[in-house]
Amino acid sequence: MNKNNANRWLSWCMDKLSLFCMIGTGILICMPLVILFCGSVTDAIEWKERTAPLLLDNQGYISWKWIPDYPTLENYKELLFYAPDFLVLFWNSIKIAACILVGHLLIGIPGAWFFAVYQKGRGVLFFIYIVLMLLPFQATMLAKYIVLNSAGLLDSEWAVILPSVFSTFPVFLIYRGFRRIPAELFEVARIDGANEWTILVKIGMPLAESSITSAFVLSFFEVWNMVEEPLAFLKDMSLWPLSLFLAQIDTTQAGRACAASVITLIVSFFVFGIFKDSLEQGIVSSALKG
Amino acid sequence: MRWKKNWKYTLRNKNVLFLLPSLAGVTFFVMVPFAKVVLSSFCTAMSGEFVGIKNYATVLRNSAFRLAAANTLRFMAAGLPLLLILSLGLALMIHRKPVYDRYKYLYLLPMAVPAATMVLVWKLLFSEQGFLNRALGTHVDFLGEKSAFLILVISYLWKNLGYTVVLWLAGLKSIPGEIIDAAKVDGAGKVQVFFKVTLPCLKGSMFTILVVSILNSFKAFREVYLVGGAYPQKSIYMIQNVFNNWYVNLEQDKLAAGAVLLVAVLGTVSFLLRRQWDRED
Repeated sequence: MNKNNANRWLSWCMDKLSLFCMIGTGILICMPLVILFCGSVTDAIEWKERTAPLLLDNQGYISWKWIPDYPTLENYKELLFYAPDFLVLFWNSIKIAACILVGHLLIGIPGAWFFAVYQKGRGVLFFIYIVLMLLPFQATMLAKYIVLNSAGLLDSEWAVILPSVFSTFPVFLIYRGFRRIPAELFEVARIDGANEWTILVKIGMPLAESSITSAFVLSFFEVWNMVEEPLAFLKDMSLWPLSLFLAQIDTTQAGRACAASVITLIVSFFVFGIFKDSLEQGIVSSALKG
Repeated sequence: MRWKKNWKYTLRNKNVLFLLPSLAGVTFFVMVPFAKVVLSSFCTAMSGEFVGIKNYATVLRNSAFRLAAANTLRFMAAGLPLLLILSLGLALMIHRKPVYDRYKYLYLLPMAVPAATMVLVWKLLFSEQGFLNRALGTHVDFLGEKSAFLILVISYLWKNLGYTVVLWLAGLKSIPGEIIDAAKVDGAGKVQVFFKVTLPCLKGSMFTILVVSILNSFKAFREVYLVGGAYPQKSIYMIQNVFNNWYVNLEQDKLAAGAVLLVAVLGTVSFLLRRQWDRED
């Protein structure tokens, strides 16, 4: 009897503890985002007051209010209507992302299909792909520079688009999705006389849809967050993606910086919101052995 | 030997057409120029004279390189286990109480947050006159002190926790309930079940989790660069910083030798991981 009670008490404690952890982590995760949003609806004058201590050396602190005295959309208006460079960079980002995703669709999916169905993940090539996936950008920076330079592509959008199109991470993710499809299905289709491309498009792609979607969403986040590539290969600032522009705004324009961040975030949250289920399923199937 | 056979098999297969566009791109953009990088790592930058392993010796003796390599290793040694353990803990909680399942989307959210955005928040929080100093009543530049390392680890955890939780959850869900029930019937306690049944069953998911976590640990460099520029605080001066600076200063010989070393190390790591993975089959 006593043991039972103790057990129940322990279980109750565990419940409360896990609830506490979940909520705590949740708050920690959301906090930076809330700060950004609150900062973005604060107008320039109020920001100036808040950050005034920054101008006096080492005295006082930046003050903070969750709800500004005069909430305003002025920062957004300014960015979207009076700052043409912001929009240019915004469209640069969209353009780069679109090109890379189309590339993954046309090139990455068949590659993953080959490794999953005809190689079953064995072989040197697949190993090389995994190593390439793990390498940080800086390891292949010089190699990419040599090619881009000799092809005359430096300082054009293609300098950031082309190398990313051949990134091997999506191949790995999509490969995992294809591996989870029972091979018998393909066998049956082959007996019925379907050729390999038909099997890929009609059977493989629909069944690995969540993996493909998650690879796309992750690639999108990657592009939306691009820093190193444009920094190394694009000198012309008008070609930069948005992610680099954000880094250029200093804290004296905190309101604008927050608003620009929120706009950038909205786009990726939008993508996240639409695809969150497939994204999760895709990540799940990447974790399972198959 | 086995690999040689594999090559032949790969090339004879007519379905290699599927891979061709991808392989052509990878060959053209990475493999061929990388071969050139390997060659130039044995030559001087300017005249292209052959100097043997001199560049490697220079790189390995370079104090900036050593500092950066040590920092990167330290970052991984701190970040990877913390990430894996914390996320496993959270995943176990969510797994125990499926009610929490819907909140895992919240945990995935940081993946969508660009580094530049995070850096802005860092500055508000950790600068000399920022919120943390306000709360503590001090005037410490947390980003310019050793604490920068800690902040970097936390931001790595912040960003990757959700992703890793989802990966662990996938592993947890794939464990058949019968195995755990059987262990319980045999009289195993909760702790015993976890260490003797659950954990070994999760080994299969470990490969992806480790690979993805290593991959993402390199991405923490963006935050480093955006907050500290080319020369950040000493404790977060990463291997990528060194490479970047060599690139900017046109020190091609060092960059080439460094890149070859890095590829060799990561290649070995993936080889070992993969062998371990194959053995599990």
